Amino acid sequence: MSAPILADALGPRAKRRVLVVSVIAGALVLALLYVALRRFADKGQLDAEKWKLFTQWGVIKFFLGGAGNTLRVALAAMVLAVLIGFGLALGRLALNKPVRWLTGAYIQIFRGLPVLLFILFAYNGLPKLGIDLSKAQYLVLALTAYNSAVLGEIFRAGILSLDRGQSEAAYAIGLSYWHAMRHVVLPQALRRMVPAIVSQLVTLLKDTALGFIIGYEELLRRGQISGVFSGNLLQSLIVASLLYIVMNVILGHVARRLEVRQRRRLGAGSIQVTGVEDLTIVAGYGGGPPMNV
Amino acid sequence: MSVVWENRDLFLDGLRLTVALTLISFAVAFVIGLLLASFRVSPVPPLRWFATAYVELIRNTPLTALVVLFYFGFPKIGIRYGEFRTAVIVLALYTGAFLGEVIRSGINTVAAGQAEAARALGLTFPQVLMSVVLPQALRSVVGPIGSIFSALIRNTSIALAIAVHELMFVSNSLANDLAEPAIYFGTAVGYLALTLPTGFAFEAIERRVGVKR
Repeated sequence: MSAPILADALGPRAKRRVLVVSVIAGALVLALLYVALRRFADKGQLDAEKWKLFTQWGVIKFFLGGAGNTLRVALAAMVLAVLIGFGLALGRLALNKPVRWLTGAYIQIFRGLPVLLFILFAYNGLPKLGIDLSKAQYLVLALTAYNSAVLGEIFRAGILSLDRGQSEAAYAIGLSYWHAMRHVVLPQALRRMVPAIVSQLVTLLKDTALGFIIGYEELLRRGQISGVFSGNLLQSLIVASLLYIVMNVILGHVARRLEVRQRRRLGAGSIQVTGVEDLTIVAGYGGGPPMNV
Repeated sequence: MSVVWENRDLFLDGLRLTVALTLISFAVAFVIGLLLASFRVSPVPPLRWFATAYVELIRNTPLTALVVLFYFGFPKIGIRYGEFRTAVIVLALYTGAFLGEVIRSGINTVAAGQAEAARALGLTFPQVLMSVVLPQALRSVVGPIGSIFSALIRNTSIALAIAVHELMFVSNSLANDLAEPAIYFGTAVGYLALTLPTGFAFEAIERRVGVKR
């Protein structure tokens, strides 16, 4: 990361001051790391036997299986949520009043609720209503219900962020609503939405960890099972968390690469933005889509 | 629906704890967020590295994993707090990373001339940040901060995993005890009663102090 705007071209006195503060801050960060490692060592949590297990194929397979379960649920929910969210956005922008009202109510209500509520309702409530599914299916259902509402709002904001002249021009040359949508509005709007969509998909991937609570054997639950079984709970939970970080970083990178390639192919200048900044851009002013937290 | 009304006292108790969790964690998270954002734009490299590493690690870890790691894992190294306190700490650490990112994006919207003018007057970096840049930066990100606040309200439900008796825990046990899924509609009403007004409140604040971009 280059020096931020607030700090360009320092004078000699400021440079000296920065150097002193850098040394102190660096020492503090190192001290923090040292204390943490010491803590682990003192409690015997750095012992080789506690970490050696992760080189055993059986343990590795168990963790990878958990990651596989996580990815399976996440992927299914992503596809469904994007499709339904897209439908919801179109519904909210439709000319038909009841459709607009219904989809609006769905979005407003569902994105105001915790994902966990959907998961618990699916897992504890649906069987009593005679709907029997597997834990994975309940999880997919719940994640889809919530994320389709959030994605619907992102799609809507993206479509609305496009200059009205685009769709007006499309209508003026005689395109129908659907043709204008398909050939003029969506290709441009989608590109603007990519960062917001990606960070929501990362959120979805993270939310699969809530499957832990209903005992679905995703990565976190497998980490706990393995840790309790082998007596290295702390280490197993740390490894599971690191695997989540790896998955999310890869997902973010792949999406960003796709986006950059797309921009280059279309000859559009790339806009330097992080997810958060782009969200506020997509949102325009006021009442934007939800932050992906 | 009558089961919900009959148990309204339990719901209200849970709701109170949810509100307490939200407010306390948000206060702590806001301080963390301000610090992280200041670190990330500061001229001191080690602070920038630290804040970047923190934000990237926390943002990419599921909140559930953090709660489980903190509550079940950390006692192994002698770090042990009560359930409520654990929930507050984890929620604040997690939310702080997101607030830091949002505040930083707010800082980026402040025209460079503002900081330059402040420095020309001889203000030091902390002074530039505190009295010139941050006040403007915060006003431009009222909306996103509202979204994070609303997400925090919903995220407090994870405290169920460590048996804090907030709204989700209370209603889930009730739904299981009574074998009555209708209970969850009461839960939904409870959360909406918090999240919807929050949205309106932040919109109102944004209209008052927001910076148009």
